[in-house]
Amino acid sequence: MGRQGGAAVSGKNVCVLYGGRSLERDVSLSTGHRVIRALEARGYAVTPIDVDETLVQRLLDIKPAGVFIAMHGKGGEDGTVQELLEILRIPYTGSDVLSSIRAMDKVLAKHILEAAGIPTPAFYAFNDAAFREMGAKDTLDLIAAELGLPVVVKPAAQGSALGINFAAEARDLPRAMVSALSFDRKVLLERFVAGRELAVSVIDDGAPRVLPIVEAKPRSGHAFYDTESRYTAGETDFTVPAELAPEVTEQVEQVALGTFEALGCRGFARVDIILDEAGVPWVLELNTIPGLTETSTMPLAAEAAGLSFEDLVAVIMESAFR
Amino acid sequence: MSTRKTDKYEGRYASRTKVMRSSAMRDLMSLTARPEVISLAGGLPATDSFPQDVFERINQEISDTQRALSLQYGPTEGFDFLKEDIALVMDAEGTTVDPAHVMITTGGQQAIDLVTKTFIDPGDIVVAEGPAYAGALTTFSTYQADVRHIPMDAGGLVVDELEALLDRLETDGRRPKFLYTVPNFSNPGGTTLTLERRRRLTQVAAERELLVVEDNPYGLLRYEGEPLPTLLSLDTAGNVVYLGSFSKIISPGIRSGWIVAPQAIYQKIVFGKQATDLCSSPFNQLFVHGLIASGVWREYITRLCDIYRSRRDAMLKALKSEFPSEATWTRPEGGFFVWATIPGIHTGDLLAKAIDENVAFVRGDAFYQDGSGTDSMRLSFSFVNEERIKEGVRRLGAVISDQMELYRALGL
Repeated sequence: MGRQGGAAVSGKNVCVLYGGRSLERDVSLSTGHRVIRALEARGYAVTPIDVDETLVQRLLDIKPAGVFIAMHGKGGEDGTVQELLEILRIPYTGSDVLSSIRAMDKVLAKHILEAAGIPTPAFYAFNDAAFREMGAKDTLDLIAAELGLPVVVKPAAQGSALGINFAAEARDLPRAMVSALSFDRKVLLERFVAGRELAVSVIDDGAPRVLPIVEAKPRSGHAFYDTESRYTAGETDFTVPAELAPEVTEQVEQVALGTFEALGCRGFARVDIILDEAGVPWVLELNTIPGLTETSTMPLAAEAAGLSFEDLVAVIMESAFR
Repeated sequence: MSTRKTDKYEGRYASRTKVMRSSAMRDLMSLTARPEVISLAGGLPATDSFPQDVFERINQEISDTQRALSLQYGPTEGFDFLKEDIALVMDAEGTTVDPAHVMITTGGQQAIDLVTKTFIDPGDIVVAEGPAYAGALTTFSTYQADVRHIPMDAGGLVVDELEALLDRLETDGRRPKFLYTVPNFSNPGGTTLTLERRRRLTQVAAERELLVVEDNPYGLLRYEGEPLPTLLSLDTAGNVVYLGSFSKIISPGIRSGWIVAPQAIYQKIVFGKQATDLCSSPFNQLFVHGLIASGVWREYITRLCDIYRSRRDAMLKALKSEFPSEATWTRPEGGFFVWATIPGIHTGDLLAKAIDENVAFVRGDAFYQDGSGTDSMRLSFSFVNEERIKEGVRRLGAVISDQMELYRALGL
């Protein structure tokens, strides 16, 4: 693995966009700080920007050679900031506008995956108008019967497991729906798949490739890999590379790469997969800007591949310029 | 293949760290701090109203005459002159104390910590009003206390419920180490314990030898109605430990509070404080002394009361016009907080939507150790001007109405 982020780029003027006002602001601040330090260590001239309404003006003033988008959630991961950077003709890291839109909307992403023949748990999706204007609540029993219990209820466009609820019984569904609808106007009701939680990171340093698979094992007391266990050191154990038979590893990697390609991603991404007992890797979602915090899985995966955090950040940064 | 622990010190931490959790506000703290957000969340005093000339004069005096003293270690229990000052401040609330029973602490939070450290072993029962100050609950859980809540109504904690709980505990052969209460303009409830209940509570404490920890950071910030006697002043049997604070009446940045405790307890707490920080900042104590000795504090508190009364009025008015008819809320006669309840509506969910509309509050379950309070919220009016309060409550009202419509659409 080369060091594309080495001396050759020394002095390149880049901006790191982080913070912003999504509910994942804190995670983004954490990712952003680490990215800034790593880029500086690699000789980039870095201007950090905590994103607010002055963003465009600042970018026009600074005229960076490129932008590292270290934002998570709405605004940063949904194509919004990407669109602005397209207009300003500034190269940026990660997926483009269309891919960001596809991946951020879990419902859209799942439709695309289904069409591409990639396994993703059975689902239904509603926006709140279906409930407010069309009486969708009377379908909830049917949905529970169709998907089987428990049902996982998620906001269509929210990261970090915010607003995710489990309905153990059909009568728990309305409550779970309200909670998820508090985070987004559209929600996903998904069949619950029990199995091992795998995080598969993809980087694109010329051609997309998979980093070693990370298995997340939440400590007892957490229902699943929830928000708290994601961002609290010591709440989750990670095994990297995950202990999988070679043919299973191969299959998981193919599914992850297939997801990356089906959604048209660029630069880097993380695919979250549940491996069920029968060995089927079910894709839950793809994050176009995975967390790069101290407790995130992508840096662990990179390290297992012999890439330091600085290497990883430099590879991602340079992918913006291709 | 390697199993990676994200924290290499895992396995070495004290068991208490397992229950240590920062408050429910944590996740969204950096968001609510953004300027475009009208934060009705934090209970911040209006420090921008502190007079500049007073600030300068006190600092100049310290610099001119007490420079060495201010930079030196001080006595663990605090300077005698400040204890005298505190006796004066408490006298303004009608409570007479012997300055020898006063100990200076580094803020009211340390006072809570020291008392808890002095009394609580893991598993011990602490009875707290519900909802209770979240910072106290955090301390109790750090010491691994088993917290039981007593419900409150418009007249403060319900003493009958306390007695019922004490009876139940007694049946199990257990008794609480102490009761924690904020009788004046409670945080988060905004309610005040009635005089009748104050009398009854001190009587119950005497009959059952129940130690009462009376936390009174807001008492002097009464802008309506008659002051009520402190539990300490009603207690004749030595069952009250009193906690005071300058955070709300002078400044939280000055980190100065105090404890008034019976002699035996006092000694134990002094040992605890030695281990914690040797002494509270002499510089800060001198600053407080400068303000009290000059008498300026009385004017300042009057001024604060005017500010907070006007802000409370703005909030109550806005609540009346903007909140749905199903909602109820408390009407504080002092302090910083209104506690609003919207039956059946989960305020944790609501917070995500509220932040989308650039308004923030604290979800109700942050003030309970047992998961209650999910359909309530704390609204603070202390730090936001009238216009912003009005706008914040308007946005919140719209979010709540929308959420109620959603509940109905889902048949809830």
